[in-house]
Amino acid sequence: MNIHEYQAKRLLHSYGAPIAGGVAIYSAEQAEEWAKKMPGPLYVVKSQIHAGGRGKGKFKELGDDAAGGVRLARSVEEVVQNVKEMLGNTLVTKQTGPEGKQVNRLYIEDGADIDRELYLSILIDRTVGRPAFVVSTEGGMDIEAVAEETPEKIFTLPIDPIKGMTDADSRKLNRALKLTKDAAKDGMELFPILYKAFTEKDMSLLEVNPLIVMKDGRLRVLDAKVSFDGNALFRHDDIMALRDLSEEDEKEIEASKHDLAYVALDGNIGCMVNGAGLAMATMDIIKQYGEEPANFLDVGGGATTEKVTAAFKIITADPKVKGILVNIFGGIMKCDVIAEGVVKAVKDVGLKVPLVVRLEGTNVEKGKQIINDSDVDVIAADDLDDAAQKIVKAIKG
Amino acid sequence: MSILIDKNTKILVQGLTGKTGTFHTEQALAYFGTKMVAGIHPKKGGETWTAGEGAGEAAGTELPIFASVAEAKKATKANASVIYVPPAGAGAAIIEAIEAKIPLIICITEGIPVMDMVEVKAKLDKSKSRLVGPNCPGVMTPDECKIGIMPGNIFKKGSVGILSRSGTLTYEAVFQTTNEGLGQSSAVGIGGDPVKGSEFIDMLDLFLDDPETESIIMIGEIGGSAEEDACEWLKEQAAKGRSKPMVGFIAGRTAPPGRTMGHAGAVISGGKGGAEDKIKAMEDAGIRVSPSPAKLGETLVAVLKG
Repeated sequence: MNIHEYQAKRLLHSYGAPIAGGVAIYSAEQAEEWAKKMPGPLYVVKSQIHAGGRGKGKFKELGDDAAGGVRLARSVEEVVQNVKEMLGNTLVTKQTGPEGKQVNRLYIEDGADIDRELYLSILIDRTVGRPAFVVSTEGGMDIEAVAEETPEKIFTLPIDPIKGMTDADSRKLNRALKLTKDAAKDGMELFPILYKAFTEKDMSLLEVNPLIVMKDGRLRVLDAKVSFDGNALFRHDDIMALRDLSEEDEKEIEASKHDLAYVALDGNIGCMVNGAGLAMATMDIIKQYGEEPANFLDVGGGATTEKVTAAFKIITADPKVKGILVNIFGGIMKCDVIAEGVVKAVKDVGLKVPLVVRLEGTNVEKGKQIINDSDVDVIAADDLDDAAQKIVKAIKG
Repeated sequence: MSILIDKNTKILVQGLTGKTGTFHTEQALAYFGTKMVAGIHPKKGGETWTAGEGAGEAAGTELPIFASVAEAKKATKANASVIYVPPAGAGAAIIEAIEAKIPLIICITEGIPVMDMVEVKAKLDKSKSRLVGPNCPGVMTPDECKIGIMPGNIFKKGSVGILSRSGTLTYEAVFQTTNEGLGQSSAVGIGGDPVKGSEFIDMLDLFLDDPETESIIMIGEIGGSAEEDACEWLKEQAAKGRSKPMVGFIAGRTAPPGRTMGHAGAVISGGKGGAEDKIKAMEDAGIRVSPSPAKLGETLVAVLKG
């Protein structure tokens, strides 16, 4: 799960990280009211969407010459003017895709006198199974480009989870970031704070880009991007409360209510599969036969008839879907449960597109019997290859 | 021979008394009498679990329940433990098994928080235990022993070692090698989480050592670099004259970057972990990559024919 920049900053600030003063606003009136209370003379107005590249992003409605999704203002009037231009419009960045994302809230922040921009993130280094800091003196830019062009400028430091973050670790980060004097002192405090926030709140990514050294020599978190481990949200009600449903795909929200792993894609063959690996492989094979999947959907191991019915309804509700492929290799998942779910869903919502079903594994005979005994119009398939060919042929009519 | 488990493996069940634990323990008992020896429940020590009809001929089998893994190990001489404990408590359950010095721990549970696995991994590295999983289908040695949730009826005793990050793709490989008449020596699902116990290399090492394993199918997916690491390692081993015919497959060729595909570990991020790099690494290591998940068996037959 992702949260907005201002929420991430508030969270880090609650652990003691230095951030600029700022306020999230939803209207021009609010912007004016709050900007008047800020010290000035420099303000930053930042679009709050769950995507990176906002500064270089463009608003669909404003044309290419207009300023991007992060703007500087030098007076309260300028703040209000920018807010009016930005709010409600659609920001397209390299991470949003061409359809962009509507900007429903903005964050207005005190400007900062920047001396240097640095990069810092914490993530799980899966090769060692530990949280690791990734830092670079090349901040404020696309870190993937830095990694590509000048990998020697990126420093990675895994942290021993049993010992936790030590002063020696912080000193290594200070050296890598060339921090001295006050900035180095700030670093000794800030790095353990960020590590604590990362581990206590079960983050999967904490990215500060840029972390800045200001002209007065102090460190400040200028931007913050935080994602959380979905498997750990059950123990963080405070984080769950930050979820912004308007940032998420409606079908994905519905799927998450039923505990289904679902990702919306652009194609027109709806897929219902058990197991993430098989679900990905099913997408791949559809593409191999010249069509595109409309979604990734893993019904999981312990699905009930209700869950399968819900999954089927989500797929059929997508107007792009021109055909459905159900591919099940039962292990925990029993084929008869899938069959009952499919039959029930078709009874409930009808079926307007071709449906190919491939069943194998636990209780396969019972599953096939249930489908044969129903009046659902199903194209049966013998194996995955056969199933993919049949659905592709069926939608081509 | 086989890897990890055989007919002499004695298994504890952490989470036996739940619905999932009960169902799969009955299935295991029904599968060539897999030696399930006891269950663990902190509050039900001293009670007895009885297998229902799911266990087939083994229905009515009684297993003692112990309050801790250590007690159960002492009483039963168990040398493996399978974990069906729900996600919130599964990390602690693995650590309990590590502290009780269980040599082989297999964790089926899906959805364990990554930070819990970070702690598990740190403790595991300092121990002599081997962990398979979490979020995996388990391990099977045909006609001898079934630990986990794989469907026993698709297996056939034979010569192919099967190794996969994905549960259901493991079944595909098993099913296809059975249909081709090759059968399996053992099958292992290592699981789809980013932080896990055993990696591809650990299992490949065992398969290369196992005389009964004549060929290997390795199934990877997008995310991380475990497949690339394994391929580098295989090249080093081949240079030492240690190799077996292999077929590979990578799931997720069409997955968009930045989106997690069901498995917490399956995400292409920072330009890394994409399918094409992994396929190339496999080809460089002499692994024949199957063009489709439906052609694993066929491709292996072609490789074996030369």
